[in-house]
Amino acid sequence: MAKVLLKDLNKKYDEIHAVKNVNLEIRDREFVVLVGPSGCGKTTTLRMVAGLEEISSGEISIDGRVVNDLAPMDRDIAMVFQNYALYPHMSVYDNMAFGLRMRKFDKPEIERRVRRSAEILGIHALLERKPRQLSGGQRQRVALGRAIVRNPRVFLFDEPLSNLDAALRVQMRVELKRLHNRLETTAIYVTHDQVEAMTLGDRVVVMKDGVVQQEGEPLELYGRPVNRFVASFIGSPAMNFVEVAIIPADGGLWADAAGLRIKIPSKKQEAVQRYAGRRVVLGVRPEALRVASGADPAEYAFDTAVEVVEPLGNEILLDVRAGAHAMVARVDPATRVRVHEKVRLAFDPERLHFFDPGSEAAI
Amino acid sequence: MIEGAKWKKWLWFYLPMGMFILALLFPFYWMLVTTVRPDSELYRPWNHPLYSPFWTSHPTLEHVKNLLYETLFGVWMWNTMFIALAATLISLFCGVIAGYALARLKFRYAGLLGTAIFITYLVPQTLLFIPLADIIRDYRIGDTPWALILTYPTFLIPFCTWLMMGYFKTIPKELEECARIDGATRWQAMLYIVFPIAVPGILSAGIFAFTLSWNEFIYALVFLSSPEQKTVPVGVVSELIRGDVFFWGPLMAGALIGSVPVAIVYSFFVEYYVTGMTGSVKG
Amino acid sequence: MLEREGALAFWLLVPTLALLTLFIAYPFVRGVWLSLTNAVVGEPGHFIGLRNFTKIFDDSIFRTAALNTFVYTGVTTVFKLALGLWLALLLNRHFRGKAWVRAFILLPFIIPTVLSTLAWKWMFDPTFSVFNWLFWKLSIINSRINWLGDPELAMASIMTVNVWRGVPFYAISLLAGLQTINPDLHEAAAIDGANRWQRFWHVTWPLLLPVTMVVVLFSIIQTFADFQLVYVLTGGGPANATHLFATYAYQIGIGTGLLSEGAAISLAMFPALLLVVVFQLWYIRRVENR
Repeated sequence: MAKVLLKDLNKKYDEIHAVKNVNLEIRDREFVVLVGPSGCGKTTTLRMVAGLEEISSGEISIDGRVVNDLAPMDRDIAMVFQNYALYPHMSVYDNMAFGLRMRKFDKPEIERRVRRSAEILGIHALLERKPRQLSGGQRQRVALGRAIVRNPRVFLFDEPLSNLDAALRVQMRVELKRLHNRLETTAIYVTHDQVEAMTLGDRVVVMKDGVVQQEGEPLELYGRPVNRFVASFIGSPAMNFVEVAIIPADGGLWADAAGLRIKIPSKKQEAVQRYAGRRVVLGVRPEALRVASGADPAEYAFDTAVEVVEPLGNEILLDVRAGAHAMVARVDPATRVRVHEKVRLAFDPERLHFFDPGSEAAI
Repeated sequence: MIEGAKWKKWLWFYLPMGMFILALLFPFYWMLVTTVRPDSELYRPWNHPLYSPFWTSHPTLEHVKNLLYETLFGVWMWNTMFIALAATLISLFCGVIAGYALARLKFRYAGLLGTAIFITYLVPQTLLFIPLADIIRDYRIGDTPWALILTYPTFLIPFCTWLMMGYFKTIPKELEECARIDGATRWQAMLYIVFPIAVPGILSAGIFAFTLSWNEFIYALVFLSSPEQKTVPVGVVSELIRGDVFFWGPLMAGALIGSVPVAIVYSFFVEYYVTGMTGSVKG
Repeated sequence: MLEREGALAFWLLVPTLALLTLFIAYPFVRGVWLSLTNAVVGEPGHFIGLRNFTKIFDDSIFRTAALNTFVYTGVTTVFKLALGLWLALLLNRHFRGKAWVRAFILLPFIIPTVLSTLAWKWMFDPTFSVFNWLFWKLSIINSRINWLGDPELAMASIMTVNVWRGVPFYAISLLAGLQTINPDLHEAAAIDGANRWQRFWHVTWPLLLPVTMVVVLFSIIQTFADFQLVYVLTGGGPANATHLFATYAYQIGIGTGLLSEGAAISLAMFPALLLVVVFQLWYIRRVENR
């Protein structure tokens, strides 16, 4: 239960500037996810909070107290590692009790805490086993148990689910969320998986090349990305991007590209106005496209040729080509479409995005 | 990383590290300085006012020349090189095929034989040298290089075998099976697929064996008697001391130059050597 | 399929087995036989049972040599382990020039033992010793220290050289072992609240134990049977004070020509070596089956 404040945080390794001026305020009991591609600086940032990496410049404070020079053990934090980092020569019980023993808790208290945490995580039957006798999911839980036993102020998670298979990952995600709701401890979670970020985070922080791109609630990042990177990173399948020219015609503004000509919705007209006569990048999510019906206005529809049909059961992904542009659309599972057929798609005018071609910022 | 201030690093790391390096390398420096120091400076007692241990102002090559021209040092070098190479090759040959057999083939006595080879460590050279001296004489190879070329493998082969066993075990069986499906016999698969991949392991074993051969002393001391047959370690220790008089200049020159071949081989193949050494410990 | 494998295995193992039988098994048996006769150089002698053994057990020099060997092995092993471990821990960090240092550190182990031991002998020479010079300059001594001539000091000097030679081997082997330990474990322990010493004791040491055991047992056998160091430094003296099994066997068997007695002295090493090897085998089996 604590606030964590990152102020002008920087990390340099010789010539590599891994973390650049990160400013972040994590509120008490918040579950914040740092997400981004490999090398974006998220793990480095987490390790600086843990005290495992030296801070090049800037300040980290926990509950108002600057911890820059404090050793990890004095920061009252707990960490769950990607590879679990369980002590292979100790039993599950000893793994979980280790931190408490180092802090000189008395035996009854250790016993109480370990058993309670084991119950919460459903591993009380495994206490005498050694890590190598456990499955991946079980090891993950022991790693979690080791962290919660200490009742720390902040939980730190370093891609804890990456080593689990897909089905297990989904299951553990839900359990983690439940655990957080129950324990209500501040948590900082690092992952490269945007699905984990969206489902787990109270707030999500997208990072790239050491810089925070955007932070906010998941749906905010989804609906109002501030730049092309965030737009492409969040959401799967990724947003479709088409370079278009803005052409004033017929009393309005049109986005024009080979094989594609759509009208710019009135909401967006004012912002896009100054790009008239120039090129911008149009972004539209696969779920914002649908097979055009009679009710869709012509100016919001365009023709495509189907290249690949991916039936997923709950939906169909269509890989289509409009002129020179490849796009992906998510359509109703009942749609009857075949490869090489022509299909007319319409987009939802409320869900169009535009980006400056140079700065990639949202328009 | 998990630490604190800068000065701590100096105290806990640089200082001890520096002391280790100094202690471990100083004798070699001493060897070098003594080799080039003229006799007049060499034989100054330690409490002589002019005792300057760490350098000399009149470096000379007289000891080296003495060593190379007045003694049989060149012959010893040649002997040792020849013996070491021959013994290494024999040991590698035996070790590679034995290692393959024990690692890959399933046969009834595999475990037993593996242990038997391991148990040869029970009988170090210093336990066997007396009866072996008799045997060597019986076979009429006493005072010839063959006495050593045939006996050195006894302590080189077990090591080569384990190393190669460990190496072969890391080569996936699928590679051989694929080759055999492609038409190779077991023998061909071994020769053309497995052995080439194991070359780094073979190199490691070979280099380690080479240095071990150079290091052997008691067999060489006991089985060789004529000065022309001796190896460098034996020659330097026995021929450069007349009675009670130690000719330290040539002695150190001999020690220094005698160390060079091994040092050179080692320096080119450090990684292989370390792999060889740690492989035998871990395997 | 299987019989063919057996046949191939046989041929692959024949050279090795032949060499080992000829030059280890056969000499061993012959050595045992020799120790039970009264053979000397030139005369084959006849069977005399265990008389050689009773004779050497009565020999005070033999008893000194036996004691020396055990003490020598025990003390040097402890120091080599402690210093080797310390050096390995130092080498386990990242620092500039690490590859160079690692390469140079092994030199005492690589260079032929007698050659480097000669350098030590020169450094220990009572009249010209650089150590004497150093201590004199530091005002610790006023008269010379007879490193190898003083019966009490000689053994300590020899042990120093043995430790000097062995530390690199321990260090590099233990370093390899350290590198197999997942570094995350140290970080986890640090976060769990363990300080440097606790991290070593609870995490590093237990995980390093298998490698440590192998290195130590290996080294014990080599040290126990050591010959070169004592031969070069003191030849067993002064006044037979620094003999080990191996050097005394040499002095009696080859030096004086009393072959059968020499063989008996060599064989006296066997029980201890057997114990160590059996223990090592048992330990390896245990680790493999865990």
